[in-house]
Order: sequence, then structure tokens, then C-alpha cells
Amino acid sequence: MDIFKHLQLLTETPGPSGYEQPVAAAIEEAWRPYVDSFNRDRVGNLIALKQGQGQEPRPRLLLAAHMDEIALMVSQIETHNGYGFLRLTNVGGVDIRHLYGQLVTVHGRRDLPGVLGSLPAAMLPEDKRDKAFGFEELVADVGLPLDEVRAQVSIGDFITFRQPLRRLLGHRIAGKALDNRASVATVTVCLENLRGRRHEWDVVAVATAQEETRLLGAFTSAYAQQPEAAVAIDVTFGKGPGASDERTFELGGGPVLELGPNVHPGMYQALKDAAEALEMKFETGTHSRASGTDAFGLQIAREGIPTGLVSIPLRYMHTMVESLDTADVERCGRLLGEFIARLNGNFLEKLTANLMEGD
Amino acid sequence: MNELLKQLTEAVGVASAEKEVRRLIRDLIADHVDEWRVDALGNLLALKRGNGESDLRVMVDAHMDEVGLMITSIESNGTLKFTGVGGFDDRALLGKVVQVGPKKHVGVIGARPIHLLKSNQRNSVVKMEDMRIDIGARNKESAGKKVQVGDYAAFVTAYQELGATAIGKSFDNRAGCAALVELLRADSYPFDLHAAFTVQEEVGLRGAQVAAYAIEPDVALVLECTPAYDLPNEQDVSPNVALGKGPAIYVMDSRAIQDRRLVDHIRRTAAAKDIPYQIRRPGGGGTNTSAIQQSRAGVPSATIGLPGRYSHTPAMMINLADYANVVRLAEATLRALTPEIVKRER
Repeated sequence: MDIFKHLQLLTETPGPSGYEQPVAAAIEEAWRPYVDSFNRDRVGNLIALKQGQGQEPRPRLLLAAHMDEIALMVSQIETHNGYGFLRLTNVGGVDIRHLYGQLVTVHGRRDLPGVLGSLPAAMLPEDKRDKAFGFEELVADVGLPLDEVRAQVSIGDFITFRQPLRRLLGHRIAGKALDNRASVATVTVCLENLRGRRHEWDVVAVATAQEETRLLGAFTSAYAQQPEAAVAIDVTFGKGPGASDERTFELGGGPVLELGPNVHPGMYQALKDAAEALEMKFETGTHSRASGTDAFGLQIAREGIPTGLVSIPLRYMHTMVESLDTADVERCGRLLGEFIARLNGNFLEKLTANLMEGD
Repeated sequence: MNELLKQLTEAVGVASAEKEVRRLIRDLIADHVDEWRVDALGNLLALKRGNGESDLRVMVDAHMDEVGLMITSIESNGTLKFTGVGGFDDRALLGKVVQVGPKKHVGVIGARPIHLLKSNQRNSVVKMEDMRIDIGARNKESAGKKVQVGDYAAFVTAYQELGATAIGKSFDNRAGCAALVELLRADSYPFDLHAAFTVQEEVGLRGAQVAAYAIEPDVALVLECTPAYDLPNEQDVSPNVALGKGPAIYVMDSRAIQDRRLVDHIRRTAAAKDIPYQIRRPGGGGTNTSAIQQSRAGVPSATIGLPGRYSHTPAMMINLADYANVVRLAEATLRALTPEIVKRER
């Protein structure tokens, strides 16, 4: 699989939180060769089942990679000089510092290209002049007269960012929505890795919806699928400009295996064992309260699910120039494949033992 | 699709490094002018001889340069520190994509991610000195193999038409250059037309100064792109210029008062030819007009501007009918220009 082309398809197809349909369709087509069945549930999750070869009843492992991206929404239509302009609000945690001058697509009756603009600082009220241009200052400008804007756009329409995926040097790439389409790609690599490989457990791969807003897909898919164990895949902070402390990880340094309250230590250990079996480099990351990922929701579904969390280092998170090393995406996918292939009938006992046996 | 605007706006030519644009324009005009040359600063100066009716020496100026960035150092982690060439609002830079150096390596402008900031920093303006261009190099050594200190970087926005409007990276001032190219492709004028595709406007009107000295014109017309602020505005004042209202005729900018005889001539011409126009609100913004006007013993000069939103950001917007009318108005103005107009008493 050409990882760049796959990521290009995933990042350039729209799928804001609450309107994931376009990217869900693209993911379904990409996963089709590797899985046995699909279903889409009633909050927008895409659920794919790859059956294992163990004896029934087979335990199931749920992989969660959120497919939604941060975006904007039309909150008002204003007019000036005969043109229609759109006021905005955020969908998910958009970094407003980088919005001014950004290209967008307004998903109205048809897709309208536009740009985010503002009056210059000198023309704003004094108290706004020293801050980033926020939603009171910004408009989305699609370059059309008011009557056409009114005919094509409604309040509540989604606006996604327009950014082709670009190659940088080596295996580095930059674009939008790598949080979290990179993890979706990781699942694709994992599923490809499992093809023709024996694994006992069933694998349920979920491209979850609305993670950026309320982890909706994690809570609901775990409830419905009732997995025996789950792994969430997301992105974490890459070392880079202004980001060099212990919360950050080298691009190209391999997957980051996470420890903390949302993670069952036995799951961390099993992922670590798989990485060591592959002689794959990896790092360990931590969270001390909430991981900010689907793991938070998966862990407390029904009676609770042993959950693991694997992350891909990413620079400039929640901007339109998120950047990573594609080798990390491929490593992550292979790691998950190895982890899954090693799952057997004893695994759940080992997890409980991990919580009980003396150190 | 206006191919001329597409080619010119997508070419890279940051102030003082205009070679790609200069070569492109040279190719576009070579068959339509009698002479052309390049001077010490890189101005492309071309002569289109007239039909002999008049001995007026007329200069038409359009600056080729765009605002951009310059690499000032390479950090140990392989990212690039940079500064602005020409004026920028730092807010326009964060999270944008650039092309760096003669090989146009793709880079992204990033800074500390929002999650690692304190909450009171999340709407702060990130200063240019805290931003870095990231071309994906692993370290200083590998970055140094691809780019060097002193390389220029420009935005990458592709030209796109949206119906009556268009988005592109450098309508300021490739739109002016496109208009001047079209003027040169037309039939010859009553007088010799000295076209100056000038450099370094964005860093001090430098190219126009030496070009005017060399040409010694009797009269000059400057073609520019002027910022439009026709966005929703609480104060509800009429904007300086607005998209869709036609070419903007300057009466005064921050450094020059346009010659009133020429301004009146342009307005009369527009009325006679039924070309819409607007008067640009006086003040604010310098153009090459002032540099030309004070050359030698002085040159009567005027300026026609194409309104453009979001000046000095990666994506400007213009109205395509405005552009077409700029070309029409400039051409009609030139063809109706006589020595009497500038010899008239002020």
C-alpha cells in the first residue's frame, strides 16, 4: 500500500465531527479487501469485522481510530457591499491562532471554496488589536453575492479546511486532519498485515465518530460491540518548535505506548511485548488523568473494558499543517498486527493476573 | 480560466529575488516590444515604440515582487528561523505552507501546539520569531543540504476562480503585471511606451526609483493592487475600496498626491468609455508613484488600483470584472493621453 496516497485520500476527504459520512465512505472502500463485514451505526461510527480463526465463541478486540476532524460551522450570514459573508463557530478544538488566511470549503448545497479573512488589526476595536483574530473578527469569504450565498448556504452548514497533503523531506509529510486520519491509516496497515496471518480473536475495527467533540463514538461502539479488550489509536505531541519537553516525542522514533489511568497496565505490557518481539523502537508516554482520546470512553463502557492506547508523534496538532513521519504510521500498524496475532485464550487471565500478582 | 493571472500569481518572486517572474514576463512580452533590458536591480524595462503621433515619453510601472520570507538561521532540530521581506501581520503566517529556496522545498510554518499552552495564551498572537519553517529535515545538517541562510520562501496558494471572483497568492502585484502585459500586447500607442516591471517595491519602492531615473518620463502611470476592506464592519462606513465597483483611482496615498490633471483625465476617460470606477479613499499605503514622482526634476504621475481583499496574506481575493476594467481603463487612458493634459495649468 502506498501510505502517502492512502493518507492523501483520507486527509483530503471531508469528515468533520458530526458529518463524517464522506470520509466514512472512503475508509469503507479502503478496508473492504481486508474485512468480512461492515456496518454503520446510528451515530455515524463505521464498524468493520474481521473474523479470527479461533474456536467459537471468539473473544473480540476492538480497535478505535477516530475519523472525525476539527472544523468550523456557519453561525450567521452577514452582508456587506452586496457580498455574503459567513460568521463561524468551532467544531472541536480548533487552534484559532492560525485561522486567518486559511483556505476552507463550505459544505452548503454544493461545496464552495473560500478563505478566512478579517479587517486588519488597525480597523478593529482597541481591545481586539493585540490578540489573534477570533470568531468575532473572522469571516468565511466565498467571493459570492449575498443572494447566491443565501441560496447555497444555511446556518449550521459545516466548513472544513482545505489543505492538500504534502511531502516534506524523507518520510515526513504535512497536512490537515492527520489527527486522526493517521491512526485510521494505521488500522489499514494493521488489517493488511493480518491478511493471510493466523489470529484467534475477532477484530472489530471502528472508525469512530465525534471524538473531537465528546468521544461519542467510543462510548457507543464499545457498548454495542462488547469487546473483551480494546486499543485506541491517536496522535501525541511530536518534538518540534516550542515543544521539547517530556510530553513530546521524536518524529520517526516509533509508536508511543501510553501509560496512565485510562490504560490497563496489562495491555501496555502486551503491546510492549509485541514491539520487542518485532525489535521495533518505541517510546512510553503518560497521562495522569484523562488521555484526551477514545481510550477514556472505551475503558468504562458497560462493566469496563481493558484498554490500551498507542499514539503517533505529530507536530503542530490541531492546525492545518500537522506533520509526522509516515514510518511511524507503518510501524504502528505492524505493531498492532503482531499484538493481535499473539492474542490467545489465556490473554484475559493474564490481564487479571497483571492486576493481582505481586510485583 | 485567466491563464495570464494564473501563471503570474503562481510564479515565485519575493522582493529582491524576482528572477522567475522576470523571466516569465520577458517570455510573455518579447514578441510585442521593440527592446527590452534588465538593469542592475533586476527591473525589466521594455520599450514599445509609438506610431509617431506624439513625442511624449510615457512610463507605465507594475512591480513584480511579492511579500515573502527569508531564512535567517537553521536550528539544530532542522527547522528554520525566518523573517519577513515586506510587511506582514504575523497572524497570517501561522499554520501556512510555503515553498523555500530555488528548489521550492515545501515547508510548513508551525509553533507550539495549542494543547501545550496555558489557557490565557490560546488566543495570543504568535510572533514570527517564535515560528519556524519545517521542511521535514531531521537535523541541522540534513536541512543544510537542502536550503541555506538567505533563501527566500513564498506562499503556495494555487490560483482559483470562484465565479466572479478569484483567489490567488500575489494579486499584489501580479495583477498589475498582467495588466501591463496586456497593454503591451495591444496595438502600438501614439507615443513610445516605456514599460517598467519593477523590483523591490515591497521593501521601499527601490526598483521604481532607478527605473524612473533611467527612463526620464514626461508622465507616469502606476498599476497596483490596493487593499479592499469591504467586510462587515460595525462602524458601517463606506470602505476605502470595494470589490466589484471597478478600478480604484488614487487621489492620494501615504507618500504621494497623484497629479490632479491625470486623475481628471482618467475619470473623464472612464466616463466616456462607460467603465465603472471608484475613487480610492485618500491616505494609507505607499506605491511606486511617489518614487517616480520625485525622480529628477519631477514626473506627473497617477495610479490605478485593482481592489484586492486580504493583502499580504496567503490568499487574496479579487473580482475578475474589476481586473478586466483595470486593463480597459489603463488602455483607454493611455490612448487618449496627449501632451496638453500635463502641460495644462494646475
